Amino acid sequence: MNFSLSEEQKMLQETVRGFVENECPLTRLREIFDGESDYDAALWHGLAEMGLAGLTVPEQYGGAEMEMLELALVAEVLGAGAVPSPFLGHSLATLAIQLGGDDAQKERWLPDLASGTGIATIAMGEAGGCWDPSEWQLDIEDGRLTGAKTYVTSAEISGWIVVSLVGGRLAVVAREANGVKIEPVDSADRTRRSSRVSFENTPAEVLVHPVGERVRDAGLILLAADALGGAWRLVEMSTDYAKTREQFGRKIGEFQAVKHQLANMAIQVEPGRALLWYAAHAFDHIPADAEHSAAMVKSHITDRYTQVSRDAVEIYGGIGLTWECEIHMWLKRALFDRAWLGLPQLHRERAAKLSGW
Amino acid sequence: MDLRYTPEYDEFRREVRRFLEANWPLTGAQAKLAEAERIMVFRDLATEQGYLYRSIPRQYGGSEQPQDIFKSKIILEEFTQAGAPHELSGQGAAMLVPTLLECGNDAQKEQFIRPTIRGEMTWAQGYSEPGAGSDLASLQTRAELDGDEWVINGQKIWTSGADQADMMFCLVRTEPDAGKHAGISYLLVDLKVPGIRVRTLKQMTATDEFCEVFFDDARTPAANIVGKRGEGWAVSKATLMHERALIGDSGRMERDLAQLVKLARRAQIGGRPAIEDSSIRQRLAEIQAYVATQTHSGSRMLTATAHGEFAGIVMIMAKLTSTEMSHMMAKLALDLIGDGAFEVPNPIAYSPVEDGTDASWLGNWMWSLGIATAGGTANIQRNIIGERGLGLPKQRVANMGAGKG
Repeated sequence: MNFSLSEEQKMLQETVRGFVENECPLTRLREIFDGESDYDAALWHGLAEMGLAGLTVPEQYGGAEMEMLELALVAEVLGAGAVPSPFLGHSLATLAIQLGGDDAQKERWLPDLASGTGIATIAMGEAGGCWDPSEWQLDIEDGRLTGAKTYVTSAEISGWIVVSLVGGRLAVVAREANGVKIEPVDSADRTRRSSRVSFENTPAEVLVHPVGERVRDAGLILLAADALGGAWRLVEMSTDYAKTREQFGRKIGEFQAVKHQLANMAIQVEPGRALLWYAAHAFDHIPADAEHSAAMVKSHITDRYTQVSRDAVEIYGGIGLTWECEIHMWLKRALFDRAWLGLPQLHRERAAKLSGW
Repeated sequence: MDLRYTPEYDEFRREVRRFLEANWPLTGAQAKLAEAERIMVFRDLATEQGYLYRSIPRQYGGSEQPQDIFKSKIILEEFTQAGAPHELSGQGAAMLVPTLLECGNDAQKEQFIRPTIRGEMTWAQGYSEPGAGSDLASLQTRAELDGDEWVINGQKIWTSGADQADMMFCLVRTEPDAGKHAGISYLLVDLKVPGIRVRTLKQMTATDEFCEVFFDDARTPAANIVGKRGEGWAVSKATLMHERALIGDSGRMERDLAQLVKLARRAQIGGRPAIEDSSIRQRLAEIQAYVATQTHSGSRMLTATAHGEFAGIVMIMAKLTSTEMSHMMAKLALDLIGDGAFEVPNPIAYSPVEDGTDASWLGNWMWSLGIATAGGTANIQRNIIGERGLGLPKQRVANMGAGKG
């Protein structure tokens, strides 16, 4: 029985953390946040050089052949840094092909995606907040797609879009194929901007295995991981602020009202770390518990992240409300993590059903 | 991450199961003994086998096994599963004995450990006073040495079970001229000696586990001091840590959640089982996720402890997080019992939801307030997490260096 990270896993996090500190410090993050695009090619290539574009891909296709836990640990570090990158959509699209493709399909796409030379994204949601596989309506007829998906990240820079279909199937579409239309949303989370993507008689190739639910579960875990990283970063930033900001002649962190609020924030976040490790581990090793723990971890941690981001603003006071203060970038990241792939209430209801209630 | 046990541990689990199948319940003539005797016979047997009191040397009645937290966990799981008596969990076995093992002298270990873990000697904890609660070190009960005896005067409060207990371990001020913390010693006192009066305090649950204890020239041998004069504060720290570990029990949370689900199946909302109501399902699922964070954090801490590592800030959170979960569960239970809130609660004790009646849930709702307070109030826990965990500046407080009053 060993419920802990290995030295290699800790090292992986340290390496990515060091990269983020150097290549995406607050100054760079602000530039991207306020800039024209959330895509920073140098940043993405740096991540890809560390092997993060194909972390779970089998070695025979040029990947690192790691597991969901490693992928989640990386997502956590990127969440802590609020790093703008195609990582989320790319990881899920790549995993979809890895799990759902036959040999020819894997051979065709994975080497390019694992190296990061090619970028892919995933399109799951449909209008009206329809994120659950049971609600997917889009279907393929004679190899052609017509319809639309909502809140697709990095669509305009992705070569491939993995699209979910009715019945939990998935299909791969080339962005440049006929009839693909990308309409950017004026996104709240400017580190992961999204678009409405529509298809008009667009050619698509269905992946042989219908692994939509499995990929959705992976997405729930990655969102929770991003949320854990971001939420703990907010606890750290607020704590640092409370150690330096003075009022009434003392550091505000000395006041019990502030100290207790920070302690409450910390206990909302830190115990979730073990649940995240478990859910990510279960994804690969405990099939009976994988779906349920993914539902729990997404609903739990993304909800905590949203609350902690509001608490952080309170600790900062007036400055916390400004665009100039960094907090809002994480607060908006929390909004994304909470809503993408469905709200906490959707996944709580699923968890209840899966518990036999 | 590897949540499987190695073959060595699987074999150990089978060994424990074989032992339990053969020995609990007891058979033959032993099965006819009175319950208390049956439990004692079984505990002796299990200790002899190396399953109970593993950290206590054989000469003091323990089984003296090498530390192995996974074996301890397997034993607890299997004993619980079989409904067999595990180690005594009262104040004496859980708090005094570890303290004596760490700080007591050989004579004290010899005299007190064996009868305590066999349940022949019971203990109350004499820490809090009317004027010393969260600020425990401001305590004023004093002891003066008169020949070879300490003479004690003062008052203790919230001494659970003192009306039933044989002995008390307590903190008293023996060095009135020393600093606030440096003036305190840790004494062991026989509660049946002259000069001690115990009065029970009736709680809101209509039960009376709480007591007040008054000392009026009560005497205890000079040898009954654990550690040196003025070291009592440090000695007591070991027991406070043990108590926190005792109260933060994720297994309890899982059992309570299972009971809450049963209640939700039984209770009705609009003529339908409450568990079909979407808002109730949402709240149960939210609580379930909190309980899961506690369970898996428990595994995380267990692994860290087994490797001699420190799991970090999560180690000091368990008490507060389980308090918060108790509040959430109590609130949901209150909504499920509905009109049950009008009727007098069942007077029930520590582990509260066994029979699952509305009255027992109301009792649990009140009892959970006690859990929030015992072993350091929730707000004191927040101070600890803020200061020790997050490194926030300590609050400047009055009279840190001052001695008596």
